[in-house]
Parts: sequence; C-alpha cells; structure tokens
Amino acid sequence: MLNRTIAPQFKAIDHINLITPGYAQLDNGCNMYWFNSGEQELVRIEWVFSNIRFNPAKPLLNVAVNTMLTEGTKTMSAAQIADAVDYYGAFFQIDYGYDQSQVSLYCLNKHLASTLPVIKDILTNSIFPEKELQTFIRNQQQKLQVSLQKNDFVARRIFNHAMFGDTMYGLSPDALDYAQLDRNDMLAHYKQMYQPNNCTLIVAGKVDDNTLKTVTHLFDKDWFNSDIPADTTQPETHTTGDLFNYIEKPDALQSAIRLGIPTINRSHPDFPALQIVNTILGGYFGSRLMNNIREDKGYTYGIGSATSSMKHTGSIFIATEVGADVTNATMTEIEKEINILKTELISDEELSLVKNYLLGSLLGSLENVFSHADKFKNVYFSGLDFEYYDRYTEVIRNITPQQVLTLANQYFDFDKFCKVIVGKMN
Amino acid sequence: MVKFNRFTLGNGLRVIVHEDKTTPMAVLNVLYDVGARDENPEQTGFAHLFEHLMFGGSINIPNYDEPLQRVGGENNAFTSNDITNYYITLPSVNLETAFWLESDRMLSLAFSEKSLEVQRNVVMEEFKQRYLNQPYGDVMLKLRPLVYKNHPYRWATIGKELSHIEFAKIEDVKAFFKKHYNPQNAILVVGGDVDTEQVKELAEKWFGSIPAGEKYTRDLPQEPEQHDERRDTVTAKVPLNSLYIAFQMKNRLDESYYVTDLISDILSRGNSSRLHRNLLKEKQLFSEIHAYMTGSSDTGMFIVDGKPLPGVSIEQAEAAIWEELETIKNELIPVDELTKVRNKTESTMVFSEMSLLDKAMNLAYFELLGDAEWLNLETGRYIAITAQQIQQQAQTLFRKENSSTLVYLAE
Repeated sequence: MLNRTIAPQFKAIDHINLITPGYAQLDNGCNMYWFNSGEQELVRIEWVFSNIRFNPAKPLLNVAVNTMLTEGTKTMSAAQIADAVDYYGAFFQIDYGYDQSQVSLYCLNKHLASTLPVIKDILTNSIFPEKELQTFIRNQQQKLQVSLQKNDFVARRIFNHAMFGDTMYGLSPDALDYAQLDRNDMLAHYKQMYQPNNCTLIVAGKVDDNTLKTVTHLFDKDWFNSDIPADTTQPETHTTGDLFNYIEKPDALQSAIRLGIPTINRSHPDFPALQIVNTILGGYFGSRLMNNIREDKGYTYGIGSATSSMKHTGSIFIATEVGADVTNATMTEIEKEINILKTELISDEELSLVKNYLLGSLLGSLENVFSHADKFKNVYFSGLDFEYYDRYTEVIRNITPQQVLTLANQYFDFDKFCKVIVGKMN
Repeated sequence: MVKFNRFTLGNGLRVIVHEDKTTPMAVLNVLYDVGARDENPEQTGFAHLFEHLMFGGSINIPNYDEPLQRVGGENNAFTSNDITNYYITLPSVNLETAFWLESDRMLSLAFSEKSLEVQRNVVMEEFKQRYLNQPYGDVMLKLRPLVYKNHPYRWATIGKELSHIEFAKIEDVKAFFKKHYNPQNAILVVGGDVDTEQVKELAEKWFGSIPAGEKYTRDLPQEPEQHDERRDTVTAKVPLNSLYIAFQMKNRLDESYYVTDLISDILSRGNSSRLHRNLLKEKQLFSEIHAYMTGSSDTGMFIVDGKPLPGVSIEQAEAAIWEELETIKNELIPVDELTKVRNKTESTMVFSEMSLLDKAMNLAYFELLGDAEWLNLETGRYIAITAQQIQQQAQTLFRKENSSTLVYLAE
C-alpha cells in the first residue's frame, strides 16, 4: 500500500552549467558576444547601448529616442520599416532601461539577410520625423492619463523620486515633459549614444559561422563612431528625505503600498546574501510576507519584496495592493515581519527550504539559449562575469541563520525606509 | 515539431510524455476539463475560487507549496472560461515529488474551512485589483452580457459579482470537486528531461489507484446566432473615451477559426497592421487600437477596441473602424500582405518551441480539443489559407447584425 503521507526522496541541486559565450571585437569597437545552442533555426540579436548622462531638464530624451528608432530613417519611412520587418515574420523590439537601452531582433535564420539591413539603417540613419514625433507625444500623453488613474503606477512614481531624486532612476515624466520634446535634442542624443563603441552586440540561438559572418560583415562596415564620445557617467543619486508620502484617493477600493530603501548593487560582495534575505522576507510564494498577509489574513492578492541592482545604486523594496480597509493593518504586519527578520534566528528548516528553492529556480531560469544570454547580461553590465554565479551558489549553500540576522540588521533599517501609500488609510 | 508519447491509465487519466533532453528541468502539467462556463449562474467565479483552494492542502499533505519549494520547484495555475490548468516546474531529478503532490490533490482535498475563508478574501481582493480598482477594468464584465444572452460565457472567469464569492460554502466546494476533479476529466502532460518508461511507472504508482469518478457530461445552453445589432453605453471615472465592438465567431474547432485568427493579424498585429497604420498613424483618430479574439471552445468573440483621440467623436471613431472592416470584406488581401501574416505565424510557432512549459500546456490543450498531434498541424493550417477565404470570413463576421458595441465614456 502506497503511503502518501511520506514525501519522495529528493536531491539538492549542486551546480549549474552556463554556456560560455564566444567573443570578438569589431573594427569599430563594438563588442560582440554569442551563445550557440538550440534545436530551432532561429536567433535573437540584441544591440545594447549604455545610456548617456541624464539631464533632469529633459527627462524623456532617452525614452523618446529609443522608442522612436522605428519611426523613420533617411531612406525608410516608419511604414516601410514595419513592413520590412513584419514581412519576414521577424519580431523587432525596442526597450529602454535605467542603465542601458536596446534594440532586439527575433528572426528565423533563413530571413536574417533580409532583416538585418533594416536594423543597420535604424542604428545609423534614424531621423525622428517631426510628424511621427507629434504622434508619439500625443499618444503617450493619452496613455499617461490612463496610467495616472492606477494607484500602483502613482505609488511607483512617488517612491522612485523619493528614493533617487532627480536622476534617471527617480524622475518620472509628466505631460509637459512630452510636450517639450525637441527633435534636435533627440538627434544629438541619438548621435552620441547609438555609436559602435557604446554598443554590446549579443547573439543567441543557432549561431553558426554563416550567421556570425552575416552579422559581422554588416555591422563592421560603414558604422562609424561619432566625434563626441558617449558620456555614460551619471549624476549621483540622493534620497529626497520625504520618508512618508500619502496620496488619498477617497473612492479607492484598494490602496497601493510601496516601501523600501536604497542599498548595495550586484557588484557588492554582500549582494548574493542580501538576495537570500529578501527571498525569505518576500521573494517567493512561500515567503513570510505572502504567508502572513495573503495566506493567513487574506488582505491582498499578492505581496512581494525585491532587490533591484542598477549601475550606480540598488534598492530593496516591498510592494502590494490591499483592501482599503486593511491598509493600516498591512503596514503594521510588514513592520512586524521586518522586526522578526532582525531579531529572531531563522530556523534551519526554513533556511534549507529557501536554499533549495533558490538553487532550483536558478536551474529553472536557464530555460533556453536566450536565458543563458540574459544571465550573462545581468553580470556583464555590473562589471562582473560568470564567476558571480559560482559565488552566488556558494553563498546559498553556506549562509547561516546568524548571517541572515546580521544582514537583516545591516540592510533593513525600517525607520529609514521610504513609505508610499496611494489609496485610503483607515 | 513537438514529439510525444501517449497512454491512458485504467481510471481514464490521459497521459502525454514529451521528452526534451536539452533541459535539466521537468514540467508536470495537469489540465482539468472545467472552467467558468461550467458554473451555476448563481455561483459564478467558483471554478477560479476553486483553483485557489487546490493550494490549501490535500488529504495526505497539509501544505502543497512548501514540499515543492523544498525540492527546488515552482508552480502556478490559471482558470479560463473553458479550462483550469495547473503546472509545476522542477529539477528533473526531483520529478517524483511533483507526482506525489499532484496525485494527492486529485485524490482528495483537505477541505479546510480556514483555507476557504482566506481564499475568499484573496479572490475578492483579486477581483478589486484587476477588475474594479482599474480604469476600464470592468469592460469584460459589461461586454460579455451584451454578446452572450444564453451561454455561460456571459460572465467572466472572476465571476459576475463579489457576493457570489463572498457566500461560497464548503459543501459547494466538495460538490464541485466531486463533479469535476477526477482522472476521467483530466489530462496529464509530463515534459522535459524525462523518460516515457519512467513516467509510465510514476503515473501508475501515484495516479493509478485514484478512483475514476464520474464522467462529467457537458450540456451547456449554446448561444444562438446573433441577428440584431446591440449597443450599450456606460460612463465611468476614466480619463479617455473608449470603444469596443465585439462580433460573434464560431467555436474553436470550426475550420473558420484559423482564418479569423489571420484576420486579427492583418488588422492588428505589429506596426504594419492595418488598424495601426491607417487609423492611428495616418488618419490620427486613435491613441491606441487593437483587434483580437477570445479563441473560446464554444462561440467566441472577435473584438476591436480603441481609444479615440480628444476631438474625435465616438461616431467618427466607429465609422473609421467600420471602413477598415468594409475594406477587408470588399477587397482581396494583396499577396504580400498574406505572405506577411503567414510568415509571422510560422515564426511564432517556431519561437513557441523554445519554452518547455508552453509546449506542455499546448499538448494538454490540443489533447482536450481532440488530439495532441493537432499541435503539429497548426502551422500547416494557417499556411493553407487563401485570400478568398479571408474575404469570405470577413463578410461573415463583420456585419452590423452580428455586432455588439460598448461605448465607454469618460465622466
């Protein structure tokens, strides 16, 4: 008779295997990495550019330039660009981040020779036509109006500003910032940022010699650096000192809550251990915040905490949306959980569960060749290499309850947390 | 091409195995053939609430999540109007833990009152977060009853109203489990770094002894064809007006499904699509515009929605959408445009094979539809579509008397 009360034997994960990328530098200074693996005849290519120095008077420049790369070049209209990419079943994506912004192409290998020249044109010849700029401004202003009705969106804006001030990380645009976008500023920004020696090219998928040749031949030639080097330094971040922010929404059914504190980033030796402490508090479904505030009290659909690593700073934060009538109770419970983390040693049972969970999800995060490239990007842009993951797994295996307690006390100073509530307090 | 092996246990549980040795992980996916359409009209939202309760402990295992996290696994689930789907991903060396957990909750739940009480609250907060406390969050709650007069698709998966969830009782939970959660109404897919023989043994060991239960025979009121133009206007605290036009489309197994899907691509997929290019970029009438379909098992919805720019009246906006729909009805789609949407479909299919979990879910869903092998026939079905078929289908779909228009006005 099968005894269903006894769990099957299990094994802890002891290592992960990461694909070592190939590397070459193109003549124009562009660094290229490639990850070759996979059954499917497809490839993802990313052109990643470091953001140039942020100007708080023109906070939208980076976003507008990146988003409008598809909107016209000296030789192609926005419509022609869209046709050229869509016709070959390719997916073209543009993303802007705090520290880097990028262009990505997802394409079947057989169509690469047809789609790559379009990307080349975008990276070398974009003109940001005035008419398209006006469309962009108008539609983004409309979208912003909708987003500003969402409590969690508003909470995030206020929180980021309180944490990081008038920097790339802290400043969110308003409608007026859109209106003030100027095409000439955009062209200058584009010229300085989107140049080969500020670009990292990452190719992942079925990358045979032929694919590599196609890419290098195109991006090695006729893509030149500008006279002005890309200035990728950033002004220092500073908190505004506004530790408590409450925006009352009298009709709210739920309140959005966000609280946290600036902290170390990935390049700091404590970062892997801090990730473990964060996981215990709110970083997975079985976390203390989820167990208490969702699974025991039913105050919310979800609550979580996260560490965020940026080039020049980092943060730990907690975010949730809770019933308006339990806003205060939730704040009390969050504080209680942080205090427990700082005053009580974690049990061996809970710590071993978190360790196994983290190692399993590290293994599971390597779903396909793209994930290997993503793992690489995480460390590469923090000035680290794949050894980081060896250290990360070492730290997970060896961390003790006492170390968890010490770290919690070092990094979770609740009185210095910046707290934002958008909704209702009761 | 997604290869698989297939067998059925004595109790009727269908099992599919997809071996993929490129990953060190395994996936265990269980699809239950029950969704919001199977609910009592007085107890809507129940299938989804029930999904939450499946994590509240089973007969022999008090806590579902903890033992899984302990072996490095993760899980989640979703409920739609048609199905409820549960999945686990974990290191393949620990596959048996997934069998242990998943089989015990198919055998029986713990039916804890505490879990019911808490999850009722959690689901009500989910209702608020996603549908009530968001601008335009309640659109589907208003559009569905306009399109469906008979079929249970007239309510959304989350339910008609908060009170239906608030008053759910433990007896209802037990009855729902008995009716829908048994081997005959489920499909199990195991994928990743696994062997078919090993899966056979584990399936027999953990699921083989679960009683077959009663087969649920679905007999739902079907939606009659629409013969009247429908319209509703609501006013809410939102910043912009918004417009939704829904058309009834045939069920998932009807051959027109694929043609209809391509029509949504022609209208709305990517920046080269017609609605984006003509109405957003050229005529500058909308700040956003989309076309999509629900892909429902029974009569579905094809929806066009858009937010007109300030100064553009609802009448103007509606007329502009209809002009685009008339074009696709009256003119054969050019060869290049047809090639484009075919190419897009082909590459989407290839890219979807990059995800083990997607493959497992798709196999389960196609097996439910009739045959897991149909997953591998999908690309071919799209490629075979002609310009004439697209025109004919557009003519069938885009008729005023087959439309339901919801005008959502800013207060």
